[in-house]
Amino acid sequence: MDLKNLLQQKRPRIVKKWCDVILSTYPEQSQKFLRKQKDTIANPVGCTISQGIESIYDELLNESESDKISLFLDNIVRVRAVQDFSPSQAVSFIFGLKDVIREVLEDEVRQGEISEELVAFESKIDGLALRCFDIYNQCRQKIFEIRVNEVRNESSRLLKMAGLVYEIPETGSDLEDEKVNNG
Amino acid sequence: MADIPKGDIPESWKTKPPPAWKLTPPEDIVKDVDHRRYTLGLEKGWMRELPVDIKRGMHCYAALPKNLQAVNMPNPRDWSVMDDDWKLPRDWKEIVLEGFKERLGKFRSFKLFMDICVRCGACADKCHYFIGSGDPKNMPVLRAELLRSVYRRYFTTAGKVLGPIAGARDLTEDILKEWWYYLYQCSECRRCSVFCPYGIDTAEITMMGRELTNLLGLNIDWIAGPVANCNRTGNHMGIMPHAFTEMIDFFLDEIEDITGVRIQPTFNRKGAEILFVTPSGDIFGDPGTYTAMGYLILFEALGLDYTWSTYASEGGNFGLFTSNEIMKKLNAKMYAEAKRLGVKWILGGECGHMWRVINQYMGTMNLDLAEGSKMEEPVNPLTGTKFENAKSTKMVHITEFTADLMRHGKLKLDPSRNDHLTVTFHDSCNTARGMGIFEEPRYVIKSVCNNFYEMPASSIREQTFCCGGGSGLNAGEDMELRMRGGLPRANAVKYVHEKYGVNRLACICAIDRAVLPNLMEYFVPEVDVTGVHELVANAIMLEGEKKKTVDLRGEPLPGREESE
Repeated sequence: MDLKNLLQQKRPRIVKKWCDVILSTYPEQSQKFLRKQKDTIANPVGCTISQGIESIYDELLNESESDKISLFLDNIVRVRAVQDFSPSQAVSFIFGLKDVIREVLEDEVRQGEISEELVAFESKIDGLALRCFDIYNQCRQKIFEIRVNEVRNESSRLLKMAGLVYEIPETGSDLEDEKVNNG
Repeated sequence: MADIPKGDIPESWKTKPPPAWKLTPPEDIVKDVDHRRYTLGLEKGWMRELPVDIKRGMHCYAALPKNLQAVNMPNPRDWSVMDDDWKLPRDWKEIVLEGFKERLGKFRSFKLFMDICVRCGACADKCHYFIGSGDPKNMPVLRAELLRSVYRRYFTTAGKVLGPIAGARDLTEDILKEWWYYLYQCSECRRCSVFCPYGIDTAEITMMGRELTNLLGLNIDWIAGPVANCNRTGNHMGIMPHAFTEMIDFFLDEIEDITGVRIQPTFNRKGAEILFVTPSGDIFGDPGTYTAMGYLILFEALGLDYTWSTYASEGGNFGLFTSNEIMKKLNAKMYAEAKRLGVKWILGGECGHMWRVINQYMGTMNLDLAEGSKMEEPVNPLTGTKFENAKSTKMVHITEFTADLMRHGKLKLDPSRNDHLTVTFHDSCNTARGMGIFEEPRYVIKSVCNNFYEMPASSIREQTFCCGGGSGLNAGEDMELRMRGGLPRANAVKYVHEKYGVNRLACICAIDRAVLPNLMEYFVPEVDVTGVHELVANAIMLEGEKKKTVDLRGEPLPGREESE
């Protein structure tokens, strides 16, 4: 059996184990809630992760051309980027899949039938990790942007009102008689 | 062992060697994520996890001494949360325990809430900060247990004798810091209290805890600053009366540009029938400013006999997050001004915690100030409706007022002017759980918008999720905390955005209008935030108005664009 079929056959076990590994990055007392509560409104973190990795796994297997996988990665990384994790901890969840697959397919790997395919598949996973890194960076960048804009918005109206800044009107030129020569 | 740069070693590794960084077996991938602390002792579970690891992005900056001095709060000094030394008074422990004792005696609810929790866990997974972070100390039961453990140690026999075995802890500086960290990670939204079979209101425990921190000068500046400003100038931002009127003038210009109608409101006018009070956030911060324009347009359409006040220029009251004494002091201006101006009643704008104070505390705190005034049971001058619910406080919520007008057909409305919007409604914690305002804002929105969709039932009405920045936590420096806390709300908005194409999140709280836009920008950037009265004003057909081509934000109305 080739790797793709094996991965499809063992999908439930692999996905569950992968999910377990990711959820175990959260404090012990919270894991039960994150695992058990299946309502997406009541448990957005647990559900984003469990549903997200299923989709990521399927996209990986289907080798689809669409960029849906980035969306699923984004959903997970966006949450972890504001949680109690260092940058590497926030994105390391993706590597968990490699180890879970090697564990679940231990016998097949030992027989050496799929090792070449597996290496190729693993490098796809590495590629996802790099994408996660990009997304994580975008998320943090967004947080900083939001902070800066918040400060700017707080004061801009007041400055205008206090006459401390002049706002250039939308129409009209300040240079009535002059011709600007850029040449 | 992998090379780990020196500066990056997490605090948690210092008491045990760092694990090696390797990829197999799978469990190892998460080994370096260690949320626990290791100490010896009889304590079990969460009690061992000290000292608390205070993280950047998760706390607000310390109160500036001048802001504490302005209202005679104790221990004003320069200090930083990230410093080891918080410059506490030498007898800080006695102060806290004495304050604890005083409050147990003064507030029956506090004493009950300390005693009656059976740790059933019904509240555990209901806090938005817990849901978003997974930090167990954000479970309401555990957050309260931080205080209860100290209560047991000093105020119960079992705790005094058995100590940790009875769940009791000595009050230490580490525990004080742990209190502080988590008391300022509770937005007093009261969602947990909805699920408590005993009716324990964890928000009140947080309030008491914060009062204790204030005895030591441990307020955050995002609360202490507005308190000091409010005390001096009447509003959070420290806006002077002339600037307040100039800002409204600025709105009048904008309204004239859009509608062609020049509105002329009055300020501090004696003899007006109604005094209008709203949070200053709506005067000085987008998108609240559009809501403020909405009020102006609504009152103009009605020809209402009302006045603004440049003294009672703030509905919000950060005293609620400081101490009951400060809350009372800051609230006093409302009745004082109503009496001075001789109005019959007060109309209040869209705000959250302002209404918690008005609805739950103002009557008993300050009603004596209204003695000898002309205030009476509020009656809508256009419909004759008596607001019996406001008989004691003499203050009516604007959505009750507007819903009543709409019910009686007193407004000429064109809801199609909001057709470019697909709206959902976020119940603000304080108006929802604090006073049961559920139907009025929905009735108002449905009267002025053709496209309205509810978020899932477990995230609205009495079960609504906090915006993540309530109770004075809407500072900039705690942005991670805000994003974690806002995640459940954002998640529900995302759901209706994806399902129904919702692009506008309506709310009736000025803090929501400050906090939710950032939350949306991070999690659901396609959705903007609006006050309900912005939507109302978009739909109102003012007498003498020109053909409207844009909404209050200057955004073109589809199908009505100006012909070139």
